Amino acid sequence: MDQIAGDLRLVSFRKEFGDFVAVDDIDILIPKGSFFALLGPSGCGKTTTLRMVAGLELPTAGQILIGDHDIASLKPYNRPVNTVFQSYALFPHLDIYENVAFGLRRRGVKDVATQVEAMLSLVELDAFARRKPSQLSGGQQQRVALTRALINRPEVLLLDEPLGALDLKLRRQMQLELKRIQTEVGITFVHVTHDQEEAMTMADTIAVMNQGKVEQLGSPMDLYENPKTTFVANFLGQSNLLTGEVMDRGDFVGVKVWGNHIKIPASRVATTNAKVWVGVRPEKIYISAESNHAHDHLGNQLIGTVLERSYIGVSTQFIVEIPGFLDDEKIMVFEQNVDASEVKAGDRVRISWDPSHTFALDAKQDAYAGDVLAEAE
Amino acid sequence: MNWIRKNIIMIVGLLVLFYMFIPVFVVIALSFNEPKSRLTYTFDKFTFDNWLHPCSGAEAMCPAVMVSLKIGLISTIGATILGTLMAYALMRYRFRGKGVANLLLFLPMASPEVVLGSSLLTLFVSASFPLGFWTILIAHIMFCLSFVVVTVKARLAGMDPRLEQAAMDLYANEWQTFRRITLPLLAPGIASAALLSFSLSFDDFIVTNFNSGSTVTFPMFVWGSAQRGIPVNVIGSAVFLIALAIVVLGQIIGARKRKALAA
Repeated sequence: MDQIAGDLRLVSFRKEFGDFVAVDDIDILIPKGSFFALLGPSGCGKTTTLRMVAGLELPTAGQILIGDHDIASLKPYNRPVNTVFQSYALFPHLDIYENVAFGLRRRGVKDVATQVEAMLSLVELDAFARRKPSQLSGGQQQRVALTRALINRPEVLLLDEPLGALDLKLRRQMQLELKRIQTEVGITFVHVTHDQEEAMTMADTIAVMNQGKVEQLGSPMDLYENPKTTFVANFLGQSNLLTGEVMDRGDFVGVKVWGNHIKIPASRVATTNAKVWVGVRPEKIYISAESNHAHDHLGNQLIGTVLERSYIGVSTQFIVEIPGFLDDEKIMVFEQNVDASEVKAGDRVRISWDPSHTFALDAKQDAYAGDVLAEAE
Repeated sequence: MNWIRKNIIMIVGLLVLFYMFIPVFVVIALSFNEPKSRLTYTFDKFTFDNWLHPCSGAEAMCPAVMVSLKIGLISTIGATILGTLMAYALMRYRFRGKGVANLLLFLPMASPEVVLGSSLLTLFVSASFPLGFWTILIAHIMFCLSFVVVTVKARLAGMDPRLEQAAMDLYANEWQTFRRITLPLLAPGIASAALLSFSLSFDDFIVTNFNSGSTVTFPMFVWGSAQRGIPVNVIGSAVFLIALAIVVLGQIIGARKRKALAA
């Protein structure tokens, strides 16, 4: 088992349940020692992918390589892979000590006691060694689940929504803790989540999955700043998507949006199609009174009317209506609460942003793909 | 008035329980009786004789009890092992004919015992299998099996399959997973299935009567002696008391476990 080591690679990886394609020919390379997140809405195939790497589900086709070894057909107990389950799956009839020792005992390791005790004191659970899992709080159970997996020093640690059952504050704390542990032990972590913030906080690389396919793969910053599909643009944060038509191409692409001229750097246009969605993140936009020309130098500008203004603490959010735009193309603007905003609901405003914060996507895609709020309606 | 209103459920409950236990109390009382005639309910004379020499009154009784105990034990062990494995297979694996197997397992519970007994008899006779201890055992394992499967299946349904997956993920092979995780977690279900099997087997009369040949079990003995008079036998009372003790003991152990968990 020990000789299986190296990068984790999924090659033309596929899973079908009857007619339903859960995972549709994905290829992913996860470098050894990295923190990798599979991010997507429920039913996108991320958990199925994880279960197949763990060996709890057999792929219909494709390879799972660790280094040069294909582990796709190995039994779960022959893989150098351990899992932290969503509901922890701690053994209720065994105490914490035996839960943590379980993997070591099954492999016939000699110094079980020393290792378990050292590990338990490391995670500050030594006082609970003889308690049953049901006597621990959610956060403690979570730590036991993590310890039980990590003590085996697997090549790959799989985490299936490990923080889902914790409350918000504890979740934040555990996110940082997980990231710290991963950096310390240097084990490859593959983390499945539907929480974009969680993925962005911890992962080095994120694969955004949708309907069994990888929509886009990259660093959190790359995905956020430079989404390649409307799904990614909506699923990671929020985006204003406007109907545009490419007029001229050069270093900057000129796009007409309902009569307004918008500039986009050529490198940020993800399509050769003339019909595009022009995208810009709400927090990249400056909002000021129509008479205020302080942001004119930025380059992209629109004039409109504030429909709604809501104060939410860290920022103030505006919904701005631009004359000539479609009903569902009202522009959302987030303004940091540094000074009291000069703009009120009903005011005529000038909104400005830098062309380098603009991106363009193929207009053939659904503008609402991956928009959690719109899909819930 | 208020007191009655508050405790009415309790009172009714106790009355119902009392009503249910009257026959048992009568038997216990009569076990201390030394009757003049076989056909009387009058309490003539108090005696410990029945309890001191339980086998002396009726010669055939104690051998019959032994036969019933033996059959009860063996069929319990057989049915519990087979039934647990069947329940596991039905819950955890997908295979051809699973639906049919599920349905067929319900049949022995659903069909009248007379039908069950007579069709088994037909089978044994047509196969010219000699009736006796072994045919009783086969019959008992057969009908106990359904109850074991149903009981263990219910326990398995309440068990998170991820526990077994977690064990496999932590390097336990199929056997180790079953032995270390599945079996301990199923134990309460298996234990109640075994108790149920034993009591079903021990007191079965109808099916046994069809398939016993010349072997006499305890219920058959009681039936036989009841036709000749009132069967005042101590064993019946003793069995009841033992059953009562087991129930009380189970409650106490359960309460202790809960207390330990709460601490």
